[in-house]
Amino acid sequence: MKPVGIERPEAALIAFDGVSKVFGLGASSVRALDHVDLRIDQGEFVAIMGPSGSGKSTAMNIIGCLDVPTSGRYLFKGLDVGSLDRRGRALLRRRFLGFVFQGFNLIGRTSALENVELPLTYRGIPADERRKRSLLALDRVGLKERASHAPSELSGGQQQRVAIARAIVSEPSVLLADEPTGNLDTRTSREIMDLLSDLNRQSITVVMVTHEPDMAACARRIIRFVDGHIESDNRTMETA
Amino acid sequence: MLLEAVKLALASIRRNALRSFLTVLGVVIGVGAVIAMVTIGNGTTAKVTADLAKLGSNLLFVAPGQFGPGRASSDAKPFNARDVEAMRSQLPDVRAVAPVAQRSVTAILGNESRLTVLTGTDDDFLITQDWGLAAGRSFLEGELRAGRAACIIGQTVRDKLFGHDDPLGTSLRVNNISCEVIGVLQAKGQSSFGTDQDDTILIPIRAFQRRIAGNSDISRIYVSAEDKADTAKVQANIERLLRERRGIVGDKEDDFSVRDMKQVVQTMAGTTAVLTGLLGAVAAVSLLVGGIGIMNIMLVSVTERTREIGIRLAIGALEGQVLTQFLVEAVVLSLFGGVIGILLGLGLAGLAARGLGVPFLIDPAIILTAFGFAALVGVIFGYFPARRAAMLDPIEALRHE
Ligand SMILES: Nc1ncnc2c1ncn2[C@@H]1O[C@H](COP(=O)(O)OP(=O)(O)OP(=O)(O)O)[C@@H](O)[C@H]1O
Ligand SMILES: [Mg+2]
Repeated sequence: MKPVGIERPEAALIAFDGVSKVFGLGASSVRALDHVDLRIDQGEFVAIMGPSGSGKSTAMNIIGCLDVPTSGRYLFKGLDVGSLDRRGRALLRRRFLGFVFQGFNLIGRTSALENVELPLTYRGIPADERRKRSLLALDRVGLKERASHAPSELSGGQQQRVAIARAIVSEPSVLLADEPTGNLDTRTSREIMDLLSDLNRQSITVVMVTHEPDMAACARRIIRFVDGHIESDNRTMETA
Repeated sequence: MLLEAVKLALASIRRNALRSFLTVLGVVIGVGAVIAMVTIGNGTTAKVTADLAKLGSNLLFVAPGQFGPGRASSDAKPFNARDVEAMRSQLPDVRAVAPVAQRSVTAILGNESRLTVLTGTDDDFLITQDWGLAAGRSFLEGELRAGRAACIIGQTVRDKLFGHDDPLGTSLRVNNISCEVIGVLQAKGQSSFGTDQDDTILIPIRAFQRRIAGNSDISRIYVSAEDKADTAKVQANIERLLRERRGIVGDKEDDFSVRDMKQVVQTMAGTTAVLTGLLGAVAAVSLLVGGIGIMNIMLVSVTERTREIGIRLAIGALEGQVLTQFLVEAVVLSLFGGVIGILLGLGLAGLAARGLGVPFLIDPAIILTAFGFAALVGVIFGYFPARRAAMLDPIEALRHE
């Protein structure tokens, strides 16, 4: 059950192989994902779109190893995540994945710096290195001088940037963002998108759910979900 | 990692300072009560022991009648001067034998009067009580033999009647006799029964018998054994002598009793120790209640912080780390309560000790125990909520509002 260190270079980073997810039992059951096949490689910038209830978040949760398929296989770096237990998935997450949520989800009454340090604390990184890396991460999102501010003292866009710093401080291979700009105005949303594009250029794989075509346009690939299956999967022009 | 967990716990306690304090109030009260009870109890035990030791070394206490339920001591024949004489001349290993007869009297000097205890006795009384004189002298042979109305007064009587004046040579009225003050006793303070031992006047036993009581009775005899003597043996000798003198033969029961003060000390100290233990146990129950309070609030806190727990799980906390964090939080809270409780308990005990006039004895063992119990309460009652937090599903937790 030790996923750490198991890497097969020939395998795709993320591979869905007939993945279905069913919630509930019998007549009242909901098929949130229906035999989905999907492949995402290292370094991609993917936007997932689709109407509400089409299974986007469900797919993201499975990609993020927070949930497992009801049937089919999900391979992360060639490793069958469905065969891992809770702890195995937790170890996989902390090693390879960073999360950004719609609601920012910072821990209140705790400074931006402490929020960013938290993932490193859980990974047992010593205090001084933790501080250095966290300040660096805050610098990357352009918020170094706000390090000591509490979330309540920051604007929505700034909070989301702290959340991104917290997600990348552990140097994950994949950054998962479920509607990261859902709570932000257009201008601030653009800034966040620029930041994500930047990070993607620095070799982080980004998978993002969004409802806004403008934001999706920043990605290099757009996957559209409808009723639990993939309706379209297009590469965009933007290959900066 | 534990250090980090403690830091996280402290941060979270600080974020909810008021709630944290209210949470631990139960533990504060529990620990405080245990510490206060036990400290006051220990002080009382020490005081009782010390007081009874002060009664005089190797003291035996002889009284007519038997102690115990259903035994009227009043119909037993009192002692007389010849009994005392016989004990003095016939008992080995005895240093002093003091006859005692007592009565409440009113002592009057000028316009001042005071209700006090008059004790008819002789100089051996001072030996048996280990009591010295602060001024003046004890009774003279001649005064004792003649039953002269001379008296030695206690500090309280001296303070109340004479104030700052020199009492020596002045005459007091005690009931209807006039007696000259020849000495002043040293201060002795309260007895373990709470009476003021310095509120007394001593006069020669013969003067007491003739002029106050109007009989020749002696109601009690104090015997002081030699330092190296075996008090049990002295007690047996006294019993044999008195049986003979009072004509008790065969297996007829004694109509008097001889008690070794050392045993009385041990019994009383034992009683207060048992009481201390009982009070401590009752207080410990409140500590348990405090633990349930912690569990309650920790459960509320886990529910309230469900989203936060989800975030922590999503950004890399392992189940064990969340468990540790909440457990450490409960223990740190509980220990906080413990420390405040210890200070509170000691403060209360200090005040009570001053009020009761008992020594303030800090027992490190009981403090450590209380501290340990507070930690244990934290672990036991913190475990269930902590486990609940650790087992949360991160997706559910993140969706929680
Ligand atoms: N835990 C669950 N229990 C039961 N049904 C669920 C659960 N999670 C999701 N669903 C159902 O699965 C379907 C897909 O949900 P999902 O959250 O993936 O949609 P979504 O595409 O993210 O929608 P939105 O754009 O509104 O966020 C929906 O019908 C939803 O009701
Ligand atoms: Mg969704």
